[in-house]
Amino acid sequence: MNINDYKGVLVYVEQRFGEVQNVSLELLGKGRKIADELGVHVVAALIGKDIEKHSKLLVEYGADKVLVMQDDNLELYSTEPYTQAMVQAVNSEMPEIVLFGATSIGRDLAPRVSARLLTGLTADCTSLDISEDRMLLMTRPAFGGNIMATIVSPDHRPQMSTVRPGVMTKMERDHNRTGEIVNYPVKIERNKNFIEVLSFEKETEEKQDIQEATVLVSGGRGIGSKDNFGLLYDLADELNGLVSASRAAVDSGWMDHDRQVGQTGKTVRPNLYIACGISGAIQHVAGMEEAELIIAVNKDKGAKIFEVADLGIVGDVQKVLPFVIEEIKKINLTKKVEN
Amino acid sequence: MKIVVCIKQVPDTNEVRLDPKTGTLIRDGVPSIINPDDKAGLEAALRLKDEYGAHITVVTMGPPQAKIALQEAYAMGADRVILLTDRAFAGADTLATSTTIAAALKKIDFDLVITGRQAIDGDTAQVGPQIAEHLDLPQISYVSAFEHHENHAIVKRSFEDGFQKIKVLYPCLITALSELNEARYMSIKGLLDAHRVLEIETWGFADIDTDIARMGLKGSPTKVKKSFTKGAKQAGKIVEGTPKELAIAIVDKLHEKFII
Amino acid sequence: MTFEMTNEDLMMRELFRKFTLNEVEPIAAEIDDLERFPEETVKKMANLGMMGIPFPREYGGAGGTYWQYINLVEELAVACGTTSVVLSAHTSLCAAPIYEFGTEEQKQKYLVPLAKGEKLGAFGLTEPNAGTDASGQQTTAVKDGDHYILNGSKIFITNAGYADTYIVIAMTDRSAGLRGISAFIVEATTPGFSIGKKEAKMGIRGSSTCELIFEDCKIPVENMLGGEGKGFKIAMMTLDGGRIGIAAQALGIAQGAYNETVKYVKERKQFGKPISAFQNTQFQIADMKTKIEAARLLVYNAVDKKSKKLPYAQEAAMAKLYASEVAMEVTTKAVQLHGGYGYTREYPVERMMRDAKITEIYEGTSEVQRMVISSSELK
Repeated sequence: MNINDYKGVLVYVEQRFGEVQNVSLELLGKGRKIADELGVHVVAALIGKDIEKHSKLLVEYGADKVLVMQDDNLELYSTEPYTQAMVQAVNSEMPEIVLFGATSIGRDLAPRVSARLLTGLTADCTSLDISEDRMLLMTRPAFGGNIMATIVSPDHRPQMSTVRPGVMTKMERDHNRTGEIVNYPVKIERNKNFIEVLSFEKETEEKQDIQEATVLVSGGRGIGSKDNFGLLYDLADELNGLVSASRAAVDSGWMDHDRQVGQTGKTVRPNLYIACGISGAIQHVAGMEEAELIIAVNKDKGAKIFEVADLGIVGDVQKVLPFVIEEIKKINLTKKVEN
Repeated sequence: MKIVVCIKQVPDTNEVRLDPKTGTLIRDGVPSIINPDDKAGLEAALRLKDEYGAHITVVTMGPPQAKIALQEAYAMGADRVILLTDRAFAGADTLATSTTIAAALKKIDFDLVITGRQAIDGDTAQVGPQIAEHLDLPQISYVSAFEHHENHAIVKRSFEDGFQKIKVLYPCLITALSELNEARYMSIKGLLDAHRVLEIETWGFADIDTDIARMGLKGSPTKVKKSFTKGAKQAGKIVEGTPKELAIAIVDKLHEKFII
Repeated sequence: MTFEMTNEDLMMRELFRKFTLNEVEPIAAEIDDLERFPEETVKKMANLGMMGIPFPREYGGAGGTYWQYINLVEELAVACGTTSVVLSAHTSLCAAPIYEFGTEEQKQKYLVPLAKGEKLGAFGLTEPNAGTDASGQQTTAVKDGDHYILNGSKIFITNAGYADTYIVIAMTDRSAGLRGISAFIVEATTPGFSIGKKEAKMGIRGSSTCELIFEDCKIPVENMLGGEGKGFKIAMMTLDGGRIGIAAQALGIAQGAYNETVKYVKERKQFGKPISAFQNTQFQIADMKTKIEAARLLVYNAVDKKSKKLPYAQEAAMAKLYASEVAMEVTTKAVQLHGGYGYTREYPVERMMRDAKITEIYEGTSEVQRMVISSSELK
C-alpha cells in the first residue's frame, strides 16, 4: 500500500428514515477543518433511497463533494448492503480519512467496513487532530473513561474512526456554498449476509429506572412541595434524564420510593447528577457520589452537598432552573437539522 | 445446535479508582471479571441449551490467567472452553484480535457465534462485527432479545430510538447487550468441576491457520501513540450570582462535558 | 499452620460474596423487619447446590469441602444472620448427622434430598427443662412393634415449620440415663407431629424458631439414627460441628458490622473532618479488626482439625466462644461509632448487634463452651 495514494476526508452521512442525523453534520464540520489543514477535499457519502434531496444541505455544512448512493436495498439501514456501498465509496475516492458517527449504526457499519478493507479503526473518538507528519491523531476514552488514549494508524489507509455524537461542532450553515454532487452507480450484490428486517418499532416504553438513567435531576427537602418538582421534570426532559429524590423528599410524599437515591434508596452512577435543594446528608451522598459530574444547587452556602459537587451553585432552585431550561431549549433547537 | 461464545476477561472498571493526588490509575486489587456483555451472550447460549439442547464452546484470547474466565464459563454450564494464548497474539488491536479469533473459529463447528457488544475496558464494539466479516457471516449487533427457530433466529436489534425485529438465517453472529438477560451464577458443582475435572484447551499460533503478519502488535494497523489520565478531580467550584448568571454557569458546564 | 486458599476456594468465595451482595443483602432488613422466612433465598441456594456443599455427589451433595461450606455460612452472615443460620442448622445439624451416623438407606432416603436442597432440615434437642443440661430430656420414644411412639415437645427449634426433615432427640430408656437417649429422623408430615408456638425474637428475626409437639407420633424403627442409646453422643457430636457453623456466623456478623463501620467513618464528618481522622476512631477500628482476625484464625483452625478428621471439640468450642463474643463486642462498637444513626434502622448495624447476641447463646451458651474447653484441661 502506498499511503500517498490516499487523499481527502470521507464522511459517512447517517440518515434514518430519510432524515440526516445531526452527528453527520458535526463530522462534516470537523472534516472540513481537517481537510483545510491537509489541503484536501471533504466528500460526503450519502447512502439510502430517495435521499438525493439532502445533497445540498451537506454541501452547505461543509462537503466539497457528495456521493449519492441509492439502491432499493439501501432503503433501511442494514449491515451488508451499507458495507458494500461504503467500501465502494472508499475504493472510488481513496480517502486518507473516513469518519463515522459513533452511533448504534456507525458502530455496526464501521468495523465491518474496516475488516473488509483490512485497515484500522478507532472507536468513539472525542478529539481528532492532525500531526506534523499528516497523521490523524484519534483520541478516545478507555478503561471506563478513566484514561484517554491517542491512537494513530501509521501504515494503513484509510485512517478510520467513529466519533462520539455531540463532541464536534458543525459549521455555520452557508447557503451559498457550492459543491459537486455525484450520483454514484452503486452496485449491491445480494448475498448470504443479507438479513431480513421484519419491523421497526419506536421506543415506547420509557426507561424509568433511575439506576439506568444517564442524567438525573434530583430534588430534596429544599424543593418545598410536590408541585415545585415540575421544574425538575422539565429540566430532566430537556436532558433526556429522569427525576430522582432524596429521602427527605420521598418521606414528604413528593416522590415514589423507587426514585429515592441514597443508602436506603438506590445507588446511582449517572453521567450527570443535578442535586436541587438537597443538603447532602451522608446517607444521600453514599448513593450518588460516584456520578461522573455532580452539580448542586442550594440556597445554603454551607450545604454539605457542595463538598462532593463539581460545580456548586449558591441560589434558589425555583429561580435558577427556569433560566437553565430556557438556555438548553435554545441549544437543543439549534441542533435540529434544518432541511 | 452448536454455539460458540467469545468472551473477554476484563478488569472490573467499576472498581478502578484514580489516585486523587496524582490522577493516575490505581489498578492494584482490581478484580478481573468476564466482560458483562459477553456474559449476557454466554447466558443467552445457556438458555438455548436449557431449552433446545445445545453444545456451547467458549473461546477467549488473552494471557494464561484468562483461564479463570473460562473456568467461570464452564462453571456456568459451557461444554468446552478454549484459550487462545501466544506471545504472537499480544498487543493486538481490534483488527488483529478479530483475525486471530476468526482463525480459531474456522476450526470449530458452529451454527451461531455470540460475542458481547463491547468490552468495558475498551468500549470499541468492533471485534464482533470484524469477526463476522472475517468469517463471512451475517451480523446483528446490539441484540437485546433472541428467539430461536428451526433454521433461523428472530432477534431484537436496539437503536437509540427504537428497535428492529430481524430474521437471520444460521450460521450468523450476534453481539449481545447486557440487558439481553441476567446471567446466572456458577453452580457449586460446576465450579468444583472447573477446577478438578475440566481440561482447558490451549491454542497457540501453531494451532490456527493464519498469517503471523496479521497477528498481535505487528498485525495491528492502529497503535497507541500515548495515553494519559484526565487528571485528578478538581475541587468543586462554588458560584454565586444572579439567577441568570448561575444558570449560565450550569449550561457552560454541561457544554464543557458534552452533555448538551 | 497456614490456611491457604486454593484457586477453587477463592473462586468459591467470590461466588458467595456476589450471591450475598445481590440476593441476600437487599432483603436482609426486610426479612428482619417483617419476621419473614427467606424462602426465595433458600430456593436460590438450592438451585446452585449451596445446601449440600460438603457432602459427596453420590448423596446429592456438591462434593465440596467443609471449609467451603463454612465459608458460605460466614459470607452470608456478613449481610444477614438469618440466612446464615438457616443454612447452618440445615447442614450442620440435620444433613451432617445423617451423613455421619445414618445407614445407607437413610442416606439415600433423607440425605440425598437434603443435600440437593429439595428438602430443608432441622434439629430438635432443646426442651423447656433441658437446655444447657441436655441430659434432662422429657420427650419419650416408646417402642411398639416396628414403630417408636414419640411424646413430648421441643422448643427454640431453628427452621421449624419450614423444614421437611427433623432430627429429634428423645428418651428411649430413662433408667439408662444418657445411654437411654436416642435420635430419630422425623418427617414433617408424620401424624402426631405438629409445630407449636413461634417465638418473637430479638435478632435473626427472619429465621423460624418454634416449638415442636409430638403426640403419639409413630416413627418407623428404621428411622432411628445410629442405634438405640446413641442419641446423646450423636447430639453432642452434632453440636461440636454445629458450633463451627455458629462461630462462622458470628465471624461473618462481626465482619459485616466492621465493613459498615469502616465505610461510615470515612464518610461521616464532624468538626469539619471525617470521623476516621480522629484517633479514637482509628484505635477502635484497629481493635475491631484485630479481634475479627483472631476469631477467624480460631474458626479456620477448628475447620482445619475437623477436615483432617482430628479431634476438634475443644477447638470448635474455643472458636464459638471467642467469635461470638467478638461479634457482640464489634457490633456494639459499630453502633457506637455510628452514633445516633447506628441506633436507627436506617443503618444495618443495629440489626447486626441484635443478631450477634444469639451467637453467644444457641448451640451451647458461652458458659457451656467454657465448660467444654476447661473440661479437657482439668481432667
